[in-house]
Amino acid sequence: MEVGLNHFLVLSTVIFGIGLYALISRKNAILVLMGIELILNACNINFVAFSRYGGLGVDGQVVTIFVIILAVAEAAIALGIILNLYNNFSTVDIDEVDSMKE
Amino acid sequence: MELSLTSLSLVVLFLPLLSFIIVIFFGKKIPGNGDWFSTSILFINLFLSFYILFAFLKNGSVSLTFDWFSLGTEATKFKAGVVIDEISAIMLVVVNLISALVHLFSIKYMEGDSKYSRYFAFLGLFTFSMLGIVLTNNLILMYVFWELVGVSSYLLIGFWYEKKAPQEAAKKAFIVNRVGDVGFFTGIMIVFTFLGTFNFGDVFAGVAAGKLSGGWLTAAGILLFMGAVGKSAQFPLHVWLPDAMEGPTPVSALIHAATMVAAGVYMIARIFIMLSADALTVIAYTGAITAFISATIAITQNDIKRVLAYSTISQLGYMVMAHGIGAYSYAMFHLTTHAAFKACLFLGSGSIIYAMHHVQDIREMGGLRKKMPITFYTFLISTLAISGVPFTSGFLSKDSILAATLAFASENGGINYIIPVIAFGVAGLTAFYMFRLVILTFFGEPKNKEKFEHCKESPWVMTLPLIILAVFSIFIFYSLNPVSAEAGWILEVLKTPESLLKGTKGLIYHILDGAEWKEALHHAHYTAMIMSILISGIGILLAYVFYYWKKVDVEKVTDKIRPLYNFSLNKWYFDELYDKTVIGFTMVSSRAMAWFDNKVVDGVVNGSAFITRIVAIVSGKFDNYFVDTLVNLAGGIAGFFGLIFRKVQTGKIQTYIAFVIFGIIVLYFVFRVM
Repeated sequence: MEVGLNHFLVLSTVIFGIGLYALISRKNAILVLMGIELILNACNINFVAFSRYGGLGVDGQVVTIFVIILAVAEAAIALGIILNLYNNFSTVDIDEVDSMKE
Repeated sequence: MELSLTSLSLVVLFLPLLSFIIVIFFGKKIPGNGDWFSTSILFINLFLSFYILFAFLKNGSVSLTFDWFSLGTEATKFKAGVVIDEISAIMLVVVNLISALVHLFSIKYMEGDSKYSRYFAFLGLFTFSMLGIVLTNNLILMYVFWELVGVSSYLLIGFWYEKKAPQEAAKKAFIVNRVGDVGFFTGIMIVFTFLGTFNFGDVFAGVAAGKLSGGWLTAAGILLFMGAVGKSAQFPLHVWLPDAMEGPTPVSALIHAATMVAAGVYMIARIFIMLSADALTVIAYTGAITAFISATIAITQNDIKRVLAYSTISQLGYMVMAHGIGAYSYAMFHLTTHAAFKACLFLGSGSIIYAMHHVQDIREMGGLRKKMPITFYTFLISTLAISGVPFTSGFLSKDSILAATLAFASENGGINYIIPVIAFGVAGLTAFYMFRLVILTFFGEPKNKEKFEHCKESPWVMTLPLIILAVFSIFIFYSLNPVSAEAGWILEVLKTPESLLKGTKGLIYHILDGAEWKEALHHAHYTAMIMSILISGIGILLAYVFYYWKKVDVEKVTDKIRPLYNFSLNKWYFDELYDKTVIGFTMVSSRAMAWFDNKVVDGVVNGSAFITRIVAIVSGKFDNYFVDTLVNLAGGIAGFFGLIFRKVQTGKIQTYIAFVIFGIIVLYFVFRVM
């Protein structure tokens, strides 16, 4: 059985689902961040798969590299924020951090 | 360019106003609190008015009229202006002379009073108003000044307002005057309704043209005369003048003897030629009755100023009566001479009161002749003048009036003989009570030893005015012939104008024309003169018999005629009568009005308030229960949905993401189906 476009799409859907689940259900901010990373990577798989099978050509791979760079930058900033969060609240539970509410 | 006479008269008019304004506002800052300031202004005024009089005598009368304001159409244009003719020129001198001397006199008399500068300010205001009456040439401005005079008289009578009596006297004077003023104003309105003008000249032209005649002319004349009844204290409105003596004595001399009370006489002179026969009848008899009543009252009064007050009323009655019988020139002549000697008498009484430390009862005096020689001699000269003794000014003017009454009665006959009878009788009474006053005050033994010891002659600022006024009470200033004034300059100037209605007949009266007058006067003159000398001689003799030689015991005589004596002492019970009738009626009706206000008007007001309250309560309940329920219901519904949808807003980002994803899924299916 030859590996085709559908396999990649299924894989990326599964990873997207896991990422979404982590994003919605986790209380730990680092785990939420990891969910976001999963979602980004699911997108990357899609871009690369369409670049190979869908006629998107080299453009798909270029976008993927941009997304990876974006993800790095995002992870750096987000982790900085989380560190600060921990410094101020002694926790990384996102439900606990609600001092701007009301 | 030389200052014209009319502008000069305006200067004379406004100088006292200037004195009033400066002294009332800055009096405390001027040296002497403004006394010498206002006095010197008045002396300048006196000089100017003498100038005006001499200029008038040389050049004749002048007048100045200018447009004042107009109402509505061109037809009702109001004019104001001044007129200088024989009566206003002479009155200018009289008013300014008395006013200046009273200012001078007051400097000492009012010394040390706490409201010293205000007193001089009020004198200025009064002089201004009085000059306004004298100079104006129309009825409405005369009315304005008339009221101003009333106000300044009120202020000056009530000058010592911290005491009860002056307060009451001031109120009484003001209110009684108001009664007359209502008549005056109604008269002015009648004149205006018929003729559409207030100017004396235009009014007379209108009357001459017959636009105002018959009953209305008589009514207008009598109503205008009512103003004079109030101001000149004629019966039945004479009651305020004796009470007005509560004011400072120099004020009594200025206002209530010489000038203000003469305003009524002056006003009659102004409108003289338009008075109908019946109006003149009313004027003549009012004057005669006044002269008689007040002369009988004066006999028994014991307050020096009250005796003088009643004699003033009596003399004013003479003047009004003289106007009434048509002897215009004699009325104005008597006004002039009376102003001088009556002011002298009042200032003399002021000098006595000052020396006696405010004792006014003549029973406390006596023997003052030695202590106060200047006051005595000036007082005596004035008394001789008012009693009509030859060689005085009073003899000339009074004798003229007496002759005129005889002449009038002989022409009109019948019931009109009452007037000369009253006139001669009053002349005798006047001589009697004036000499009673002089004898009790200056002769005999002092009755109050302690006061008498401290008594001394007043200082020169008080005696100088007395001397000047006493000198003016001598015949020489009015006529070179001591027994007849006919050839004197003043009667040459004061010609009786021919009435517009001469020859017309009233009920018991017909207006004489010039020729008839001359004829009748010629016959009456010597009879009148002899009779008047005889009668005043008898009056003086009686006074000596009673009070100087004491041949007859006054007490016994008094006991014999006790009811008559009390009747006179109580001033014919006029005050009591007015208390019972006019004031009583006013009080009863105002109580009824008060009851009506309290019960009916207040009841209606309170009732409507009660109804409003009931309505308000009902409407309040409706608001509370119905409207509020509706509002609360709407609020409740909104709150209910709010409660539901609030649940969605958790504040948790993950829930929102879940909703977003849920929403995307829903949208996906929605669009796919479509």
